[in-house]
Amino acid sequence: MAETLLKPGHTACAGCGQAIAARLVIDAAGKNTIIANNTGCLEVFSTKYPESSWCVPWIHSLFENCSAVASGIESGLKYLGKKDAINVIAQAGDGGTADIGLQALSGMLERGHDVLFVCYDNEAYMNTGIQRSGLTPTTSNTTTTPPGSASTGNPRPKKPMPDIAAAHGIPYVATASAGYPQDIQKKVKKALSIKGPKYMQIHVPCPLGWRHESNMTLEVAKLAVETGLYPIFEYENGKLIPRKIALIKPVEEYLKAQGRFKHLLKDPQAIKEVQAIADFNIAKYGLKA
Amino acid sequence: MIGHMTSKPGSSTANKTGSWRTEAKPKFLRKNCIACRMCVYICPEGIIEGKGKNEFSCDLNYCKGCGSCAKVCPKKDIEMIAEMEKE
Amino acid sequence: MKEFIEGSHAVAQIVKRCRPGVVSAYPITPQTHIVEDLAQMVSNKELDAQFVNVESEHSAASVVLGAEATGVRSYTATSSQGLLLMTEVVFNIAGMRLPVVMTTANRAISAPINIWNDQQDVMAVRDSGWVLLFAESVQEAVDLHLQAYKLGEDPDVMLPVMVNMDGFILTHGMEVVDMPTQEQVDAYLPPYKTTYKLDVDDPKTMGYLADPDYYLEIRSLVQETHRELLEKIPQMASEFQKTFGRECGGLIQTYRMEDADQAFIAAGSVCGTIRQAIDELREKGKKVGLVKIACYRPFPKAALVAALKNVKEAAVVDKSISLGGFGPFYTDATSSLSSLGAGMPKVSGFVLGLGGRDITVKSIHDVYEKLSGRQVDCEFIGLKQELLAETE
Repeated sequence: MAETLLKPGHTACAGCGQAIAARLVIDAAGKNTIIANNTGCLEVFSTKYPESSWCVPWIHSLFENCSAVASGIESGLKYLGKKDAINVIAQAGDGGTADIGLQALSGMLERGHDVLFVCYDNEAYMNTGIQRSGLTPTTSNTTTTPPGSASTGNPRPKKPMPDIAAAHGIPYVATASAGYPQDIQKKVKKALSIKGPKYMQIHVPCPLGWRHESNMTLEVAKLAVETGLYPIFEYENGKLIPRKIALIKPVEEYLKAQGRFKHLLKDPQAIKEVQAIADFNIAKYGLKA
Repeated sequence: MIGHMTSKPGSSTANKTGSWRTEAKPKFLRKNCIACRMCVYICPEGIIEGKGKNEFSCDLNYCKGCGSCAKVCPKKDIEMIAEMEKE
Repeated sequence: MKEFIEGSHAVAQIVKRCRPGVVSAYPITPQTHIVEDLAQMVSNKELDAQFVNVESEHSAASVVLGAEATGVRSYTATSSQGLLLMTEVVFNIAGMRLPVVMTTANRAISAPINIWNDQQDVMAVRDSGWVLLFAESVQEAVDLHLQAYKLGEDPDVMLPVMVNMDGFILTHGMEVVDMPTQEQVDAYLPPYKTTYKLDVDDPKTMGYLADPDYYLEIRSLVQETHRELLEKIPQMASEFQKTFGRECGGLIQTYRMEDADQAFIAAGSVCGTIRQAIDELREKGKKVGLVKIACYRPFPKAALVAALKNVKEAAVVDKSISLGGFGPFYTDATSSLSSLGAGMPKVSGFVLGLGGRDITVKSIHDVYEKLSGRQVDCEFIGLKQELLAETE
């Protein structure tokens, strides 16, 4: 069987972007790692009793508290004099990070715990059936932002979570994408080489929630990056390091690949608005090659 | 009374998710493989392994048939074939 | 060694001597003096612990959950709204079988906001699986913390324990306390050692998802442990008495019950007031006594029934209420005593002292006056009728 710390037999959907990213993260972190996991798809599909996919010590408590649980683990390891030898990772979905888990995350970042927080961003509450979260992009069709005669889907832009994390003055913030697996692992290793709180946000397509074929996960993820809709960058001690886009693609290419944006294809004005978001990202994070 | 407090590491391998496949499964042609490992990286189940060129394989006990490996292969050296077809 | 000391300072002293490795708390009156003291001890290197100042009680409970799951003895304290904010984590800690010890400085619940004592806060988590102990005095608060760690960390128990002490009355009250020395504590309470922990050399999955095929059994194990505690807790109390020479803990304690045909049932500091009222009533020839609930979860049904089986009338003194229902002690007491069938005493329920309203010896005499009258389920004592008459 393949060498991995997240074993198969889990019950993620076929083509799940979060399953890809979670395995890349833990395999990059290695076996001397303890994970605190928020409630969500990842927790559910990997730990249905009496089975577990995890080969590292792993704990799930609640939906919103993995940052605080990880703070406790880190404090316990410090007390035991073992912190230097062991990585602590707190991980959550986008809702568990940017909505219900934001307070505990902010506390963990502010207190300076030596923990890497990983947000697997599939841009809605997928585990409960594709409801809108604070990281759902503008115009997206979710079950709680359905397009209709009075709505073009989610009315609000994504919460700028990486910038919120960076505003805590932490040493390392990075975004990444399931479309670039090696980049995820490189950033995890870099993050874990730095002492103090670290924040990583990984864009992980959800074939079910985004309504694309299960074999399109990598391509859809790449399109989000190539259009500027999912900017890939790092903040190293506050300094912005963007991943430049060689050939910037129009957002339509990304939108038409997914059922959650299907309603936009007859709405040029809405597409323009989404393009404006991509253009803003490209300028803000200096993505132009 | 104490019990059922933890589950064992990696025990999910008892659950053979290969039974989920209904239509297609990957076939590793092993002709033009350049060992770029993209199929290994992208597999959501983490069940593709191999070292050198044309040496990669997938554990069909767990493969859910998502087709990501075939899609990502730059040399079109992985093919999705009908579930009933012999490898 | 005996010293005259404030309740909170005394609790901080005993917690320090229990050598927790992680302490985490969020400030709320009247819990603050306890954790301020512990912070100072850590700052002075008198206590080798990580003190984690968190952004909410939800995180305080989560931090000690995480630390305890790492195999490190942990401590937190809270009160009132803080406990309510923690509620979700409180249930989780018990379900995960983590032997955290927490002090609850019992206080009223909002609205209206009120910082004074009653016992409504703990009642919100009585179904959580925690062992719930109640202190009558500062001395008991001290001794119960010591017992709490020993009890919860017992490898056959593995449950969190909450020591309830009435806010202000005990937390801010001064009392002469016989404080166990560090040597005594070390001899009584060994270091916490467990294999049930997050360990990279023996990786386990904790806090998994249990579907309908497993959940029922897993929850029943907690209930079964509570049943086993009904034997362990009295054993622990008698062992404690042998070691320290004073009575503390157990399931119930009784006062002047030998020949009693009337009884009060209560928990916490109000028991001191009740004892005084009983002495006065005894002077007048009334055969009345007290059954003190020292441990509320597990609920000591058999002990309560045995103590009250010869009593004709009992008055339950609740400092909390299940609004729309009854006082929680009343509900548990009546359902337990119903096992006596036709021999069940007449039990009346009274609610006193909510939001810090003084419970005086006179209040207890008022309850006593009603005891031989019509049976009542949930009568408030000491209501100001003139305030109720104001409708604006």
